[in-house]
Amino acid sequence: MEQELNDNAPRFSPEALARTEEIFKRYPPEHREAALMPILHLAQREFGGWLSPEALDYVARFMKLAPIRVHEVASFYTMYNLKRVGRYHIQVCTNISCWLCGSDAIVEALRARLGIGFGQTSADGRFTLAEVECLGACVNAPMLQINDDYHENLTPEKVVGIIDQLP
Amino acid sequence: MNQSAPIQIVFRNIHKADSHTLAVYLAGGGYKAVVRALARTPEEVIEEVKKSGIRGRGGAGFPAGIKWSFIPRVSHRPKYLVCNADEGEPGTCKDRDILRYDPHRLIEGMIIAGHAVGAERGYIYIRGEFFHESQRVEAAIRDAYAKGYLGENIFGKGIRFDLAIHLGGGAYVCGEETALLESLEGKKGQPRVKPPFPANVGLWGGPTVINNVETLASIPDIIEHGGAWYASLGVEKSTGTKIFSVSGHVNRPGNHEVAMGIPLKTLLETHAGGVRGGWDNLKGVIPGGSSSPILTRAACETVTMDYDSIAKAGSMLGSGAVIVLDRSVCVVRAIARLSRFYRHESCGQCTPCREGTGWLSQIMDRLEAGGGQRGDIELLEELCGNISGKTICALGDAAAMPVAGAIRAFREEFVHHVAHGRCMVE
Ligand SMILES: Cc1cc2nc3c(=O)[nH]c(=O)nc-3n(C[C@H](O)[C@H](O)[C@H](O)COP(=O)(O)O)c2cc1C
Ligand code: SF4
Ligand code: FES
Repeated sequence: MEQELNDNAPRFSPEALARTEEIFKRYPPEHREAALMPILHLAQREFGGWLSPEALDYVARFMKLAPIRVHEVASFYTMYNLKRVGRYHIQVCTNISCWLCGSDAIVEALRARLGIGFGQTSADGRFTLAEVECLGACVNAPMLQINDDYHENLTPEKVVGIIDQLP
Repeated sequence: MNQSAPIQIVFRNIHKADSHTLAVYLAGGGYKAVVRALARTPEEVIEEVKKSGIRGRGGAGFPAGIKWSFIPRVSHRPKYLVCNADEGEPGTCKDRDILRYDPHRLIEGMIIAGHAVGAERGYIYIRGEFFHESQRVEAAIRDAYAKGYLGENIFGKGIRFDLAIHLGGGAYVCGEETALLESLEGKKGQPRVKPPFPANVGLWGGPTVINNVETLASIPDIIEHGGAWYASLGVEKSTGTKIFSVSGHVNRPGNHEVAMGIPLKTLLETHAGGVRGGWDNLKGVIPGGSSSPILTRAACETVTMDYDSIAKAGSMLGSGAVIVLDRSVCVVRAIARLSRFYRHESCGQCTPCREGTGWLSQIMDRLEAGGGQRGDIELLEELCGNISGKTICALGDAAAMPVAGAIRAFREEFVHHVAHGRCMVE
C-alpha cells in the first residue's frame, strides 16, 4: 500500500486512453460530457479503487470540464469512492429481502472475522466493509459484493470461507 | 387458458447453455422478428404493440404502444430510445437475468422499438453494480454490430441504429426516467419537472422513449406471433406474461415468468415452493417492490397478480417484486428498514421528500427501538399525506406508501410498539 500513500499526479495509461476513445464514441460528438460517468468509473479502476482529489482534478482537465462539475457528479453517486478503500471492498446488502433471509448474521460473521464495522478499513488495508442498499439479486439473498463480484445465497460459514480464500 | 401453467416468453432461452451467445439466440429463432418489423411501417409496428396491450414492466404500467405513439413523427432534434436497466427497486432482480442470460432478446426488441419511433440511437442504462452483466451486454452489442444488425445500414435496409451502454453510479433515483436522462447526460441524477415529458423533450432535448428491460425484451415475440396472440395471454387490461421476483420467506425464491392474472397464492404455493412453514405461517406480502403497500394474509388468499386486482386490494403490481414475510417478522422493523432506504436515496431537491423521508425514517426507527411516543402513528400518517403527490418525482410517494400501507394493514402492531415499547412478535 505504501506506493499508494504517495499519490503522484495520476494519469491514464495508454490502454486506458484507448478505452476512453471507445467510450467517447458512444455519445454524439457535441455531447462529449456525457462520458463523464464512464470516465470516472475508468479512473477509479486505474487509480487504485478510489478517486482522490488529484484524480478528480485530472478527470476534470481530461474532460475539459470545470472541477466543480466533476466533484458534483462524483459525490452524488455512491459508487465513486472519495475515500481510499481496501484492496477488497466488501459491500453487504441489508435491504428487505436480504434482511428477511438473514443478512444480520452475515454482517455479524464479517464483523467477527475482519474486526471492523461498516465504513471501516482494516489496519492492513486489505478490507473495507460497507453496508449497501439492494443490489438487485434479491431472490438469491442474502448476498454481498466484493469488488466486481456478487456472492449469493450466503450463510455465515460460507462468508467466512469466501473471505479466507481471498488471495 | 390455464393461468397457472408456466409459460415462457421473455425467459424462453435462459435455461439453455450459453444462452447469452448470438449462436444460441439465432438457433432459437432470434432476429427473425426484427426482419419482419423492418418490412412494416413504423405505424404498423406501433399498432401491433398497441394491440398486444403490453404495459410497462418498470413499475408504472403505462401501455408501451401508446407511449411510443406519443413520439412525434417529425422532429428537428434527434430522437432517442433508452432502456431502463437500473433495476434498483428493492426486491426486484428480473432484468438482471435478461441482461446476463439473453442480451440479444433485449437488443432485438430495441432495434424494433427504434424503428417504430424513428430513433437512430439507443442506450441501455445499466446499474453500475451489474458490472459482469454489462460486459455480457457489451459483447452482445459488438456481435450484433459485426453482423450488421446494428450500425448505419441495419439488415441492409438503409436504416441507422446505434446502440451503447451507459453504467450508472449507484443511485436508486436514477431509475426514475428523467433522473436517468440527467445521469445519461453526465450529470447528477436529479429528476426533471414534468411536463415537458420525455416523449417531447428527453435526452439532449430530443423526443425520447424510455422502457424497462422486460418491456423491450417482450417485443420480439409480440411482433413474431402478433399482438392478438400476446393479448390472449393473461387477463383483460393485464395482458401477457410477467416475471415475478419472489424473495423472502418462501421455499424456492426465484424469478418466475407466468401469465398475468395468476392467483398470488398459486404463484407462491406452486411456483415458489410454498411459504416457509406453510401457508398459515404467512404474515403478509409486499406484492410489487418495496414501494408497494403490504397485503395481509387475508388479502393474499384472493388477490390475483394483475394491475386491477392488486389495486383493488390496496396495493400495486409495480415492478413485480413479490416479497414474502412470515409470522416471525416484525412489520414495524421491516418498514423501518425501507424508510431508511428512501431517506438514503432521496435526491434532496424537493422539501417534502428530503425532509419527509428523514422524518419517516426517524420516527419508524424510534418506534422500532421502543421509544415510540403517543401520537407517533398519527404523525406518520400526516407526514405521508404531506409527501404524497407533492414532489417532483414519485420517489416521495414511494417512500410514503409502504408506511401508510403498513399502518392500514397492521395498525395493531404499531399501536403495540407505542404502548409497550416493543414488538408483538419478537
Ligand atoms: C424512484 C423511481 C425509481 C424507478 N426505478 C426504476 C427501475 O429501476 N427500473 C425501471 O425500469 N423503472 C424504474 N422506474 C420507473 C421509470 O420511471 C419508468 O416509468 C420506466 O422505466 C418506464 O418503462 P416501462 O414503461 O417499460 O415500464 C422508477 C421510477 C421511480 C419514481
Ligand atoms: S421526490 Fe425526492 S427523489 Fe424525487 S425529485 Fe423530489 S427530492 Fe428528489
Ligand atoms: S434486497 Fe439484497 S439484493 Fe435486493
